[in-house]
Amino acid sequence: MRILFKTNYKQDLNLAKHGGHRFWYGLLILVLFAAPLILGGYYIGEATRILIYAMAGLGLMVLTGFTGQVSLGHAAFLAIGAYTNAWFLAQGFSSFVALPMAALLSMIGGLLVAIPAARMSGIYLAIATLAFAIIVEDFAGHLNSITGGNRGMMVDVPTLFGYQIWESWELYLFVLSILVVATLAVLNILRSPLGRAMIAVRDSEVSSQALGVNPMKIKVFAFTVSAAITGLAGAFLAHYMSFLTPQIFGILLSIQLLLMIVLGGLGTVHGVFFGAVLIGVLETGISIAKDTLPSSIGGLPGIEPFVFGVILISVIVFEPTGIYGRWIKIRSYMEFFPIYRRKSFKRQRTYLKTERLR
Amino acid sequence: MNLLEIENLSISFGGVKAVDDVSFVVEEGSVYAIIGPNGAGKSTIFNLLSRFYEPLSGQLNFAGNDLLELRAKDIARLGIARTFQNLELFEHASVLQNLLVGRHVHNSQSWWRQVLFTSSVIEAELEHRRKVEEVIDFLELAHYRNQMISGLPYGVRKKIELARALCIEPKLLLLDEPSSGLNPEETEEMGFWIEDIRRDLNMTVVLIEHDMSLVAEVSDRVLAIVDGKVVTEGDHTFVQSHPEVVSAYLGDVQ
Ligand SMILES: Nc1ncnc2c1ncn2[C@@H]1O[C@H](COP(=O)(O)OP(=O)(O)OP(=O)(O)O)[C@@H](O)[C@H]1O
Ligand SMILES: [Mg+2]
Repeated sequence: MRILFKTNYKQDLNLAKHGGHRFWYGLLILVLFAAPLILGGYYIGEATRILIYAMAGLGLMVLTGFTGQVSLGHAAFLAIGAYTNAWFLAQGFSSFVALPMAALLSMIGGLLVAIPAARMSGIYLAIATLAFAIIVEDFAGHLNSITGGNRGMMVDVPTLFGYQIWESWELYLFVLSILVVATLAVLNILRSPLGRAMIAVRDSEVSSQALGVNPMKIKVFAFTVSAAITGLAGAFLAHYMSFLTPQIFGILLSIQLLLMIVLGGLGTVHGVFFGAVLIGVLETGISIAKDTLPSSIGGLPGIEPFVFGVILISVIVFEPTGIYGRWIKIRSYMEFFPIYRRKSFKRQRTYLKTERLR
Repeated sequence: MNLLEIENLSISFGGVKAVDDVSFVVEEGSVYAIIGPNGAGKSTIFNLLSRFYEPLSGQLNFAGNDLLELRAKDIARLGIARTFQNLELFEHASVLQNLLVGRHVHNSQSWWRQVLFTSSVIEAELEHRRKVEEVIDFLELAHYRNQMISGLPYGVRKKIELARALCIEPKLLLLDEPSSGLNPEETEEMGFWIEDIRRDLNMTVVLIEHDMSLVAEVSDRVLAIVDGKVVTEGDHTFVQSHPEVVSAYLGDVQ
């Protein structure tokens, strides 16, 4: 058990709250950057995919986990990012242009959805974002001159300062660096007034207004940031795939993203990473299982959505706070052993919220 | 001087007049109580002041501002803070975070500075934190500072909602049934705080309250409404002895 002596308020503003934090997160980042020295090409590829998922999940978490706006169409932003990046690279621009353009265009897409969507909530918002994703997928299929339509589109490798990134470990490091920056930006937002306003809008729109927060503005901001980050993830997804077809960005991908942040733990940055690792490992596991199991089982169509669905339902039933929530419980169990009490995490009775304003 | 002036305020919900031609003024620095049986329209008056509802008719004036020209999100910036009858805290955030949202109206940092968490943001955050800590000291909430709202008992939540409103540093504080759900000791404590808020923090207070001893203890003037209409107004002994108030309350008890 650790007792923290705080001597000034500034300590509470630091991202790493104490020496232990600094050490473990520092070590984690070091290990991640050193991973290509240890892991072979196949595993680095898998790790890159997980990082890209984490980046996309980070974007969605800003919107859904922290602002409470459910999006069923985040694959659309991945698509916009992926195609924009690929197109600019195809025109001979470097990644210095292509990546920011991917974020920017995705952001504009985010704005387009946000302005009407900020007035909606719940199921209507989910449907609107879903519709947007379908439109984007459809566009990608028909804009032959830009996206190659349903025939698909080759993606050039990223270039930085005239250097072409061919190796998988180079791409891995590139994605990792951008992910670190994006994560820091999100953490900064969360410890600022904007982040608190997002949480306020999520938990009680009514009282957020009474405290001077403009929910409309906050939602639009969250949509834009979310779209930009997810767009960047899309740009990297394009490189990971190296060949784009509109079908990649279907409804299943959107659902998978949502699943990821719910599994990881809604409303936490940790949850993004737990979720990404889980989904990434599961996917690999399923594809290995498919190959090893007799084809009568392994060859069944729809086995992935089935496994994901089962896991989602079990998490919602047994651990609504996600993997991160479970981890906190395990960690405090160890810290407080032998005086840990199960009750520490029992919620108090929640109070009736039906007559909201009366 | 009048801080708040309400004139001929009316609203109806599906044909039922919830607030019917209500007028009253609140003097700066006073504690003003609104009483009335369940469903009288008391909370609706607060929700009209917060601009959650559009009135059918009437005027709302606060310190020279026409509230009807503003939207809900602009009210706090003028210096009006409130609590809610059924508590509207940010459940999945810590007490500290809840209180810091109360500082939102005092934030002037641009979004990109916040994304970069520049030194000016840090300065501003430290200043907000100092202000919040003053409120935490004032209401003795230090013990709960880093706890999640979702794990706290009702009485504490009630105090936190009051604290969050105080963090706005408002001129006018609207309290919707501050004592409901509290035990007698907590109610007494609430009474002391309301007096301190008026005296030490120089705020004007309007409270909706069912507990008559609390009303008697803290309020300068009392407004009684029944079925959306003003029955009487005056000091608490006068209002409490008014025959219509007596019958409305006895009727309520039956
Ligand atoms: N949003 C709404 N929609 C429909 N009817 C409403 C709404 N808000 C209030 N009312 C009605 O207006 C009347 C006054 O309600 P209000 O909440 O103001 O009463 P109150 O005086 O605060 O009562 P209580 O002491 O129970 O809190 C009630 O009949 C209520 O049902
Ligand atoms: Mg009420």
